[in-house]
Amino acid sequence: MGSSMTRGDIENLATDFYGLLESFKHAPLYHISFEIFLVLAVIWLVVFRKPRPIEKKLTEKEKQDLIDEWQPEPLVPSVDPNHPALNVRVLDGIVGKTVEIDGKKSLNFATFNFLNFVGNQRIADKAIQAVQKYGVGSCGPRGFYGTIDIHLELEERLARFFQCEEGIIYSYGFSTIASIIPAYSKRNDILFVDEGVHYAIQKGVEASRSHVKWFRHNDINDLERLLAEQEVLDKKIPKKARSIRRFLIIEGLYVNYGDICPLPRMVELKYKYKYRIFMDESVSFGTIGQAGRGVTEYYGIDRQKIDLISSTLEYAAGSIGGFAVGSSFVVDHQRLSAQGYCFSASLPPLLAAAAIEALNIMEEDNTLLFETIMEKSKRLHKKLLSIKGYIISGDEISPLKHIRLTHAFNTIGRLEEIVQFAQTRDITITVARYLNDEHLLPEPSIRLILNVEMTDEELEFLCAVLQEALVKVTT
Amino acid sequence: MVASSLQAGHVTTVHRHLTSKFHSNEEMGQTVFPLIDENLKKNNYKIGIENNNDDENLQREEFEETPLYAAILTYLSYAILCLFGWLRDFLRQSHIETKRGAVDPNASLAFVPLYQSYESFYTRNMYTRVRDIFNRPIASVPGAQFELTERVSDDYNWTYRYTGKTISAINLGSYNYLGFAEKTGPCATNAINSIKTFGVANCNTRTEIGTQRYHVELEQLLADFLHVESSIAFGMGFATNSLNLPVLASKGDLILSDEMNHVSLILGIRLSGASYQTFAHNDMKDLEKKLRAAIVHGHPRTNRPWKKIIIVVEGIYSMEGSICRLPELIELKKKYKAYLYMDEAHSIGAMGKHGRGIVDYFGADTNDVDILMGTFTKSFASAGGYIAGKKSLIDYIRMNSHANTYASSMPAPVVQQIISSLRLLQGPEGKKRIYQLADNTRYFRQKLVDMGFIVYGNKNSPVVPMLIYMPARVTRFNREMLRRGIAVVTVGFPATKLLDARVRFCISAAHTRQMLDNALISIDEVGTEISLRYSTRHKSRRLREL
Repeated sequence: MGSSMTRGDIENLATDFYGLLESFKHAPLYHISFEIFLVLAVIWLVVFRKPRPIEKKLTEKEKQDLIDEWQPEPLVPSVDPNHPALNVRVLDGIVGKTVEIDGKKSLNFATFNFLNFVGNQRIADKAIQAVQKYGVGSCGPRGFYGTIDIHLELEERLARFFQCEEGIIYSYGFSTIASIIPAYSKRNDILFVDEGVHYAIQKGVEASRSHVKWFRHNDINDLERLLAEQEVLDKKIPKKARSIRRFLIIEGLYVNYGDICPLPRMVELKYKYKYRIFMDESVSFGTIGQAGRGVTEYYGIDRQKIDLISSTLEYAAGSIGGFAVGSSFVVDHQRLSAQGYCFSASLPPLLAAAAIEALNIMEEDNTLLFETIMEKSKRLHKKLLSIKGYIISGDEISPLKHIRLTHAFNTIGRLEEIVQFAQTRDITITVARYLNDEHLLPEPSIRLILNVEMTDEELEFLCAVLQEALVKVTT
Repeated sequence: MVASSLQAGHVTTVHRHLTSKFHSNEEMGQTVFPLIDENLKKNNYKIGIENNNDDENLQREEFEETPLYAAILTYLSYAILCLFGWLRDFLRQSHIETKRGAVDPNASLAFVPLYQSYESFYTRNMYTRVRDIFNRPIASVPGAQFELTERVSDDYNWTYRYTGKTISAINLGSYNYLGFAEKTGPCATNAINSIKTFGVANCNTRTEIGTQRYHVELEQLLADFLHVESSIAFGMGFATNSLNLPVLASKGDLILSDEMNHVSLILGIRLSGASYQTFAHNDMKDLEKKLRAAIVHGHPRTNRPWKKIIIVVEGIYSMEGSICRLPELIELKKKYKAYLYMDEAHSIGAMGKHGRGIVDYFGADTNDVDILMGTFTKSFASAGGYIAGKKSLIDYIRMNSHANTYASSMPAPVVQQIISSLRLLQGPEGKKRIYQLADNTRYFRQKLVDMGFIVYGNKNSPVVPMLIYMPARVTRFNREMLRRGIAVVTVGFPATKLLDARVRFCISAAHTRQMLDNALISIDEVGTEISLRYSTRHKSRRLREL
């Protein structure tokens, strides 16, 4: 069907076509090249040229008007004068087992002074000797005459304590893990992070610009699910997957929850899915394990299997700063790539001296100190559980516990009332403070911290006061 | 204000008429000058602070261009180093040479390699060759003269051995501008007493149970010293920038930052989520252009107006030795309704007649700088940083700062050192140190320039960068100076641009004229040996000719 072409028509077409070709042969060269150019120009216009938006050209007067009219926001919004950060309790003197507020002494269950090294005479003496030898500040970053021999000694001692190859110290606890993560994990890498990690780790993860996969707090099944999903994705892009590094970022004992991570299974999965483990043991250093070496000792896992253990000197060790230990291969990289190490002044030598002495005390005691703190934590846990009306969060051997009221009652206002009441009864406790832009803001709670030198009577007294406070608040 | 700037030769002079805020002649005459005057007259050396009409020299900075032959030779040096690097890598790959350095414990288990081999090319082949000039450990207080622990390497800097001896050297590397790094004296004694009263640390954050009375005292004292309403102090200078810029700026704001800003500022700007642009170093015309464009066009894609614009600059730039142009910045900021954040890490204590930093140096009004930031590590020989400004600003930062809520509060001896040195700074002892520093700075810089070396930066800045360009000369300079008993800091790529490797001297008030002369003699000798007199603007002369 359609137009039937007769033989004559085809002949006519052929002759016409032949005539066309002949005319081409006879046309001058400039004519042909011009035609070809036009054809090409049309093709280019149609295919490649994107329509350009019509640019507004503003006159100078219009620009000046815009500049005059523009009103910026105020630098900071208005501030609520009753915010707790603006109304803190001011302390006097040594913040050890007892703390003095407005002239009254009270028992201190609020500061991270697990081993009661604050105010320890031996540590104070060593710090004083360091001031008499080195002055106070170190006046330079590590690369430019800020490395003092006492820093090298501390790094060596930490590595020896953890039975690792090398250690590295930082001058600020917050900056430690926040500088470590971006030093290893770059834009294309993948981080598997527990949702309940503390703020410094969240900032480190943010600074690294890597892909982040959050898994539910301490939920190993959720982690396995994410790992399996990633494996499926990897099979689709095998070549690229060979250059994507993977890291698991966890804490040994979580500051925001008081529970211990399920490390053995995570180490198993490490060899199956080929990721590296960076564990932050801020709270578990000096409190968990037979010799205070942390969660690896508690579970009996070989520390060489954890790629990097980072921790802080600001809790159990009673000084300032942070550190990381691991194999030389991993740790040495930070000396040139961790921003908080290279571009910041080094730790004041007196604080390093205090940390070394703290390590001395921990090593001398070897097991007594740590057995005691684990024992007392268990006892405190039992006592707290016996108070009806509180929900206790945290492992029984953890010296850090979170207390909440039962669900409907649990508001910051009520918890603050409990804290104020406790203060009148000479017990200092505190509501755990967070910023609103945490990845997963924990429920309001009171963070209780056990000092190893608290006696049984004092623990009883604490529970009695908490009980009284509960009655006062819920009636 | 009449500003004449000659862009081509990189020398800019700003002529200003005196404003009434500038200190009058009488006030200056009352301060402690007689002691220094005589010394200066002896050495035939003019100090400009006395004269009012020296005001025009406040901004005089010089950045001589790189000579062509130096540029070519530097590129050639790096090319040769790269070639040798590839050769060595090849030898290591084919097992002709043993691989030194640590091995990945997970290497045989098919893990993704932790480091790309090209990332560590520089570390393996260039940095390790000269590693001994960095990270030198010291065994004494980092004062004007100190003890370095001697270390030797038997395997070309892969590992070190400590011999147990110490080398005594003059310290031209530590940030000790006012000479407060001392192990005896009122500051050290007060610090020791504070350890006895307060213990070493507090183990908690400022917002919980960690604010001691001495924190409140420090912040009050600092606010009074700087003539501002309020201030807040943190335990680490780096963290002060990186954890507080996110509080002040957020998505929808624009930050204009100088291209030579410190890493901590850049990290803070990145973490804040705000958009940012860099403007050419100390170039106010470029800044004005960018400000105008920003307000007129708004966000590049959505054209929404910016919520606010913050200009981030430093007081003294630590690698360039230049000073920010504060009077022009304040003018720009007022004209375009932007906010100004000034990082005075190196300039607080070291600049200005009273040591109040760049604001004092130019005689400007502190209320014009919205956010004043500084550190205690440099001039106060302690540790930590601060932010100062209006009370509303500081209260807001107190509520929302990451460091205030999550980081441990400053320990007592550190705070006591700052309080002691601040109190000394406000008394006659402080004035003596400030003028000693200014005198040392001018003397040292003038001598270097007269000898024919290329020195960058402002005449009054105690940070003195001298250009060396070639990597091998940088290393040799450093080692030769140490042999002569002078410890210096040399920096190359990547801390500076590829071509501009330099040595950076940090002058201190604790340096005596004798120490500076010893240093100059050594620089003269070594500079002649390895031909460092690049300057075409100033004649090359030996020290003995001056």
